Amino acid sequence: MSNKLIVSLSPHEKGELSVEKVMWGVVIALMPSFAISVYTFGFDAIKVVLLSVVFCVGIEFLIQKFMLKSETTILDGSAAITGILLAFNVPSNIPWWQLLAGSVVAIGISKMAFGGLGKNPFNPALVGRAFMLASFPVEMTTWPVPFSNIWSPATDAITAATPLGRLAEGGVKALGALTDPPVEAVDYIDIFIGKVGGSLGEISAAAILIGGLYMLYKKIITWHIPVFYLLSLAGFSGLLWIIDPSKYADPLFHLLAGGAMLGAWFMATDLVTSPMSVKGQIIFAVLGGLLCGAIRIYGSYPEGCSYSILIMNAFVPLIDKYSKPKRFGKEVNYG
Amino acid sequence: MEYLIIIIGAIFVNNIVLVQFLGICPFLGVSTKISTATGMSAAVMFVMTLATIVTYLAQTLILDPLHIEFMRTVTFILVIAALVQMVELIMKKVSPPLYQALGVFLPLITTNCAIMGVAILVIKKDFGLAESVVFAIATAIGFAIALIVFAGIREKLDLLDVPEAMKGAPIALITAGLLSLAFMGFSGMV
Repeated sequence: MSNKLIVSLSPHEKGELSVEKVMWGVVIALMPSFAISVYTFGFDAIKVVLLSVVFCVGIEFLIQKFMLKSETTILDGSAAITGILLAFNVPSNIPWWQLLAGSVVAIGISKMAFGGLGKNPFNPALVGRAFMLASFPVEMTTWPVPFSNIWSPATDAITAATPLGRLAEGGVKALGALTDPPVEAVDYIDIFIGKVGGSLGEISAAAILIGGLYMLYKKIITWHIPVFYLLSLAGFSGLLWIIDPSKYADPLFHLLAGGAMLGAWFMATDLVTSPMSVKGQIIFAVLGGLLCGAIRIYGSYPEGCSYSILIMNAFVPLIDKYSKPKRFGKEVNYG
Repeated sequence: MEYLIIIIGAIFVNNIVLVQFLGICPFLGVSTKISTATGMSAAVMFVMTLATIVTYLAQTLILDPLHIEFMRTVTFILVIAALVQMVELIMKKVSPPLYQALGVFLPLITTNCAIMGVAILVIKKDFGLAESVVFAIATAIGFAIALIVFAGIREKLDLLDVPEAMKGAPIALITAGLLSLAFMGFSGMV
């Protein structure tokens, strides 16, 4: 009889969403971008993603097993996501040991040192990327030409500048020289579907959009952060473009080029490191978009997306503290 | 425009704590609560501005005319320490509420390297008096942002079961390092 009565705290009826479901859902959403990167960079892309996932999951397992001596939670998929995202943030010809160093920082320092999933204040993959960019600036900014060495591993091919790299070095005029043969204007279709140089996962805005919409459909993320992030980036770059179109690139270019899409859909929406309330998420996303535009246009790094999200990650506890929703029943106004 | 560059530069690009690594001691010591962090920030802003004005005058009116610039460090230390002690005494008498708010933090920053650093930086950068004041206030705002953001993260970390070996100082240092890594994004903006 006693077995039939279960006394527990509410909620008694639980939804189907669990950590595993959410995480593996994100992994599925990342697959279109992965497919495009394999199509563009060939064998190297598979190698980098696989290595990065193995490193991240392996390091998490080792730390949980031997240092924390706790249960291993590698099957929840969060380490795999960090691995994929880290791989998406590096060029396809990155040496394996640099990837290992990045994974150690991403998982070991920025996640497990804080106690694991749910406790890290910064997005692990972005910390890994920032660390690698600071430590190996040359390798992290040498991008292989798309379609150049497909299926022939590890050849040192000639390198291609990313759209944002061109913009930072040569200004708007250099943008037309992206394609081969160079044309006058930017080919937005190329940037949209991903026929440009860049890090593994950021080249195709279309593939990221498909993944993002899948996550929306599955209710893994809400629309607020990506939409407000991209809107604020477009608004900031658009304002400058209206003031002086010969000096600044137009907002569409800023949206499609570089890691803005990847960042807005997959990194800024990280459940652990984004604010809890909708109001907080909007503040987070708008400020992040502004920062991204400011770093791209005024900073020394051509790509500001990763830093903008990292900086906003730091502000999340403050945003959460000051954007608490009102308690139900508080300040009721009986007119 | 010139002032805007000084302000953005001092707050973000050359943030006194996260980029120049000055004033680490209050950054780690007084960042366990947001409320104390705010009080500390206010005190730093007050002292930094005052100390910069006074040391700037000492440099231009005393050290430069007498050609004893090599005495700068010694003079500045003495001037700042004496100044802060005096301000503390006056404040205690004249405005007890302000003393209550800032009083406990004042002795802490008397000999702080961030204060000293700004006083020397404005001389090194050949700023005028107005620029020096703007620079000092902006640097203090940068310090406040770093300190309060850091306190926010630490308050949150207090509620989590961080691994035993990492509790307290280790995780604070790691967080500070990651914060500094994030602020690298501002480099080259000015």
